[in-house]
Amino acid sequence: MSIDLSQFHQVFFEESFEGLEVMESSLMELDPNAVDGEIINSIFRAAHSIKGGSATFGFDVVADFTHVLETLLDEIRDGKRGITQDGIDLFLRAVDCLRELLSQLQQGDEPETEVAQELKQAFEAILRDSDGGSGGDAGAAAGPAEPASASEQSDAAAAETRWHVYFRPGTDTLRTGNDPMRMLRELAALGDIALAPVVDALPSFSALEPECCYLAWEISLSGAIEKEQIEEIFEWVADESEIRISAQAPAAAAAHRWSIAFRPGADMLRTGNEPVRMLRELADLGELRVEVQAQQLPAFAQLEPERAYLGWQMTLVTEVEKSRIEEVFEWVVDESELSITAAQGTAAEGTAAEPAAREPAAAPQAVKAVEAAAAPKPAAKPKPKPKAAGGGEANKKPVETSSIRVGIDKVDNLINMVGELVITQSMLGQLGNDFEIGRLPNLLEGLTQLEHNTRELQESVMRIRMLPISFAFSRFPRMVRDLSRRLNKKMDIALSGEQTELDKTVMEKIGDPLVHLVRNAVDHGIELPEERIASGKPEEGRIMLNAYHQGGNVVIEIVDDGRGLNRERILSKAVDKGLISERDAGSLADEQVYDMIFHPGFSTAKEVSDVSGRGVGMDVVKRNILALNGSVEISSKAGEGSKITIRLPLTLAILDGQLVRVGSHTYIFPLVSIIESLQCKSSLVNQVAGGCDVFQLRNEYVPIIRLYDVFSIEPDSRNLDDSLMVVVECDGEKVGVVIDDLLAQQQVVIKSLEQNYQKVEGISGATILGDGTVALILDIPGIVKIAGVRHHDDNRVSSLAQSHSELMMASASA
Amino acid sequence: MQSVNTAAVDENDQPGTEHSEAVVEDGDQYLTFIMAGEEYGVDILCVQEIRGWETATPIPNSPNHIKGVINLRGTIVPIVDLRQCFGLEAIEYTPVTVVIVLKVDTDKGSRIMGIVVDAVSDVYSLAAAEMKAAPDLGDAVNTDYIRGLVGVDGKMVILLEINRLLSMDDIPNLAEVSRQMLAGSADA
Repeated sequence: MSIDLSQFHQVFFEESFEGLEVMESSLMELDPNAVDGEIINSIFRAAHSIKGGSATFGFDVVADFTHVLETLLDEIRDGKRGITQDGIDLFLRAVDCLRELLSQLQQGDEPETEVAQELKQAFEAILRDSDGGSGGDAGAAAGPAEPASASEQSDAAAAETRWHVYFRPGTDTLRTGNDPMRMLRELAALGDIALAPVVDALPSFSALEPECCYLAWEISLSGAIEKEQIEEIFEWVADESEIRISAQAPAAAAAHRWSIAFRPGADMLRTGNEPVRMLRELADLGELRVEVQAQQLPAFAQLEPERAYLGWQMTLVTEVEKSRIEEVFEWVVDESELSITAAQGTAAEGTAAEPAAREPAAAPQAVKAVEAAAAPKPAAKPKPKPKAAGGGEANKKPVETSSIRVGIDKVDNLINMVGELVITQSMLGQLGNDFEIGRLPNLLEGLTQLEHNTRELQESVMRIRMLPISFAFSRFPRMVRDLSRRLNKKMDIALSGEQTELDKTVMEKIGDPLVHLVRNAVDHGIELPEERIASGKPEEGRIMLNAYHQGGNVVIEIVDDGRGLNRERILSKAVDKGLISERDAGSLADEQVYDMIFHPGFSTAKEVSDVSGRGVGMDVVKRNILALNGSVEISSKAGEGSKITIRLPLTLAILDGQLVRVGSHTYIFPLVSIIESLQCKSSLVNQVAGGCDVFQLRNEYVPIIRLYDVFSIEPDSRNLDDSLMVVVECDGEKVGVVIDDLLAQQQVVIKSLEQNYQKVEGISGATILGDGTVALILDIPGIVKIAGVRHHDDNRVSSLAQSHSELMMASASA
Repeated sequence: MQSVNTAAVDENDQPGTEHSEAVVEDGDQYLTFIMAGEEYGVDILCVQEIRGWETATPIPNSPNHIKGVINLRGTIVPIVDLRQCFGLEAIEYTPVTVVIVLKVDTDKGSRIMGIVVDAVSDVYSLAAAEMKAAPDLGDAVNTDYIRGLVGVDGKMVILLEINRLLSMDDIPNLAEVSRQMLAGSADA
């Protein structure tokens, strides 16, 4: 039976991208001076799952590359190696590279491996470095790694390692399609090999089954070989075969020395697990020394017989692998504190490698290793699983993917609501079956309940599309860090309100504008360190990203404490570009001046850097935000920094609307675009140059658009004095739209017109009103455009109409 | 197709079906409707439902034959008046005016639309062999929208190629076309 693996590709890619994000954010948290084991662990886990997945699906490029990463991470994790800032940079580049590779694979392209090769070589160089004897540094020695590397010295000292491998394949190995010969050949390819077959299990010739494997081999292998390389060869048969790999002292097969700290969770006994059984199992594996840690043992009176209070510190001298030890604790790893550290006892030079003789020397070393390397670790073991399965990954999710992961609580909530809805429905159903007028109050009550249920259900469903804004924010720490290095600036980024939820579609669309704004803040806002010190500010600049809910909106603020916008420079540029006249320049309010940077082609950066300053951008930012029905404003103080505030609707699917009536038609204005509504007075209306009407609104003149003209419908009255006017904003300009009546304000669910019909100019969508009829939602810029076109094309239209009527006449006479 | 065949056989099994001679195995089923005394047919697999006329919300600046959009259980569905589309005289809508809701395949995916007709008539199973291609009607009628003509019980049924007729970018205003044709011929 063959399984089509490609059906799982999508899941793999999604998970890998999530993994990469975890890696990236963890790397950002990583402080070279205080390596946190938990962080390294989460990076390692992410890399490991990517490696595993890619190997399964045959994406060898990715698998090979991650393997190198993983090896290095493993050494860092075990404390054999420190990490430096350069190392972190390298890892970050690796993450980028992996992301690139994966997205190429996702699109079905042949991945470009050049960068990967280059990085891989860099990593391998680091790995080789330490094998050569320096004992572990990824560029520079780091404090915590040293004690551990000392214990490893003996192992690392011999670049030319001799390995002794005992390999007894399971009798069924051949039947499962594995070929020991192939493995042996692969081993031979690694280095000098000496083989001695072990034939003790060979049955008599008559009992021999040709399909069974009876042989075993004693292999001694020498060369610059990593143990992993050997293990990898036997990867597929490890479960069914007996394999012992040991670094070879001239004769004796040396044992590993593991230091195990184990503290079972208090409830372990209740879950049916038995620590003593585990200790016995460990004792079976090799020579075990146990120290009981009884600090937590309460006074006898308070002792609960069903609780586990003890902890153990063990030293195990054995030939088995770490995984075998972990297996013992497999069932309890989630609820206990467990740390297993190698106190490498492989001692290549230990000729008289009798455990007894070595023990006194090795034990302190082991303890030291525990203290030094594993100091941050004890807490590490229990946490990994819950985190990998739950919070961490469930939330971290690339914005690009088209699927959505929803917290189980939201789904449960939804199911509850539906349950309530069903109950209400059955209640109403029953009421309807034998209805009499006396039960009218019950019916009304039922309907109220139904309304209540429906509204809650609607809210819950909407909430499913909501994601915390951290998805959009998470990329910024990395970006700011990279940019600040490139620009030789010092700065720090602070995020707050990351849990603010935002519609997924809005989130996807706001990502790029945010990137642009932050980049601007880094490039133009924050000054160089010298400049900052000169102006009496702290050397390190600060950028703050803030998100919070306000009314039905999400507000995102980007605050920097840099030099602020330069009013004079903006003004002179605006005058240069002919946006304003020099005469007006002085009278403009600050907001109006700052707003100018949103004009196309407006950049005040003196030099164009590769970061920003090309003058494309701010206008795009504004356009994108407006397209989301949002708004953006800037406030700034010279020398103290600037603050950009973006307001976005919570969701795109629902809109706050103002219902208006023109004749018999109902239309909906998006509430955000309305500035004010007022009674129209024809005395305040003037006609400019025989074309457009303008309305004198206090001290400004706004053009008037008659909705009935634009939509060619019949209004109640064409007399402006009987009409109302809604003043709306369109591209920063005010426009008055003449209507007959204002109706209710309500939230409306936006439905697409294009799905079954086509785009209609002046209409952005439709919605269904309470009475089940359809109302159209107005698209203000569209209306302005139509009105504008009408005015310009009036002549052309009339001439068309004329020719059409001529045509009619002709056909009638024919 | 299987279901169609079974349906056809079922109908065969019922003796005395009024149009039994028209029922042939391997035929497609067509829903027919009446407009201005003529019977038109559409592939029954396109038909989603038949409902009474209800007031539609007009779409501004749309052609005359687009009557507007209605709310079909939460979906916005445009309604086309086939009479006006064909250049027939428009009539008053009454509560018995019928809207046939069709699923139309277009280049941009399938669309749901309603067509207003005078009355729904019948369902026929028709074999492809019975169908005659529409004769070239000169320029007066664009035959692209006609799948074929077929005689049933001595009547002629015009089978419409609904996907082509209603592929949306340009629902033809045949009235306009024929008027122009007339004008053209008048000039000649």
